[in-house]
Formats: sequence, C-alpha cells, structure tokens
Amino acid sequence: MEQTPHVKHPPYVWVWVGLAVLTGLELAVAFLQHWSKTAIIIILVLLAVWKALLVALFYMHLRFERNRIRLLAIAPLPLAVILVVAVLTEYVF
Amino acid sequence: MAHAAVMQPPVKAETGAGVYNEKLGMWVFLGSEVMFFTALIGSYLILRVAQPGQWAQPGEILNVPITAVNTFFLICSSVTMVKAFASIQEGNQQGLKLYLILTVIIGATFVGIQIYEYSQLIHHGFLPSGYREGSELAEHAAAGELPAAIGLYGSTFFTMTGFHGFHVTMGVICMLFVTWKAFRGRYTATDHRGVEVIGLYWHFVDLVWIILFTIVYLI
Repeated sequence: MEQTPHVKHPPYVWVWVGLAVLTGLELAVAFLQHWSKTAIIIILVLLAVWKALLVALFYMHLRFERNRIRLLAIAPLPLAVILVVAVLTEYVF
Repeated sequence: MAHAAVMQPPVKAETGAGVYNEKLGMWVFLGSEVMFFTALIGSYLILRVAQPGQWAQPGEILNVPITAVNTFFLICSSVTMVKAFASIQEGNQQGLKLYLILTVIIGATFVGIQIYEYSQLIHHGFLPSGYREGSELAEHAAAGELPAAIGLYGSTFFTMTGFHGFHVTMGVICMLFVTWKAFRGRYTATDHRGVEVIGLYWHFVDLVWIILFTIVYLI
C-alpha cells in the first residue's frame, strides 16, 4: 500500500487570490484618468514583477529550492536586462 | 572505434545540481525560453520607442476585458496545476487526476478564447500587416481616431501573443499525456517527476503571460 506522507504546502490558494487581486489592480491603474503616463507605466511594471515573483517563488517553488536551482533560474535575467537596456539606449541617449 | 568512445564516457555520469535529470533539463530549457521571450520583448520595446505613433491607446483596438478574463483563467490553471502536484505529493491519486483535468480544460479554454480574440481582431480589420483596406478600423484611422499606420503594432502583437499561444497549446498537449499517465497510475507520492516537470513549464508560461499582458495590452 502506498504511503501517504503529510506534506506541509505553501499557501497556494492565497497566492492565487493575490494574483487575482493584483490583476484587478492592474486593470484599475491602466485606465486611470489624469495620471501621468510615466507613473502608470512604472506602477504597472511593478505590479507585473510582483505577480511574476509570486508565481516563481511559490508555484515554481523557487523559495524552497536549493541554491543551485535558484542560481540556474536567475542566471538568464542579467543577460535579459542587458539586452533590453542595450537596445533601448539607441533611442533614450 | 571512435563512436564507442563517444557513447561510453570514461567517467560515470553524475548529477550536477543534486536534482533529477528531467527537472534539471527543464530548468535549463526554461533559461533558454527566458532569452527567447526577452528577444521578442526587447524587439517590441525598441520598435515601440522608435515609432510611438504606430501604437493605439490601451483598449482602442485590443479587447482588454476579454483578455483580462483570459488572464484570470490562466492564473486559475496555475493554481489547479500546483494543486495537482500537491495532491500526488500526498499520494492522493483522485486529487491528481481531478486537478490535471481541470488544468487541461482551463488551458484549452485560454487557447480557445485567444483564437476567438484573433478572429474578432481580424474581422474588425487588425492584421499583422496593419489595417485591412475598407475595414471598420481603417475607417476610424481615416477619420483620425486611430493611428494612421499600425504595421509594427500588428506584427509585434501577433508575433508575441502567437508564440505564447503556441507555448500554451504545447503545454496542453503535454498535460494530456501526463493526465493519461496519471489515469494509468504511473505517479506515486515518491515518484511524480512528470507532474513536477510539466508544472514548471506551465507556471513559466503563466509568468510570461503576466509580463505580456502588461506590456502589450495595458501600457
């Protein structure tokens, strides 16, 4: 007979609630009147990063993984930032 | 023979990161996927900054409400996926099957809604090459209510969301295979590698959509 170990799980449903609430917040912010476009873009990007972190840390279990896997997961991110910043400097500067 | 030397390395194979091979392989694959989507997003940003006049305001052309509902569906599929994983960790076979089926259904719904969204956009005259001549959107553009040319907007929109939709479709197909194996009792509390690996892929696809939804639909 298969063993049924008791496993303590992260708060998956609360993370889902958080993602849903943040999505609603994004929609509200995106269509705000009389706010500067720059402020709206900054808030929307921060909300998106927050949601992405929730998924990566809890649903992909990076918060509980060993450091080697965490390193593997974040290794491409500096390269991604360099790529985007490098191409944007063409027009910003 | 040279071939035999290649096939049988002189040292014994060993794990590199202390995790099983399938999981390590999926993380390496996801690293390559980060760079793939970064290339798409980077191209999108530079084109948008270079030609801001070709982009319409949020909601003017794209259907934000229906996409918001679709975003919610994808978030729901992530929680059902992780609940499937949590179920089999406890040896709960019924929970595993139920949550995998729900994930497949919700994932397929996402793809279906995206196809509907595409059909509506094309019907109204929004094509990868820009406006369709004589369409409703082309008339609005002629009246000065929309940008005069939107070729870059159309091509980047359909490329980015199309590649993401392709990833979701592949995820649903792979999930069907995992579900089939689950119904055959191939996963246990101590060995559920397939569920964890497809889960990592699925959550990554959800994560990419979170970014795309913001930069393509809301900004």
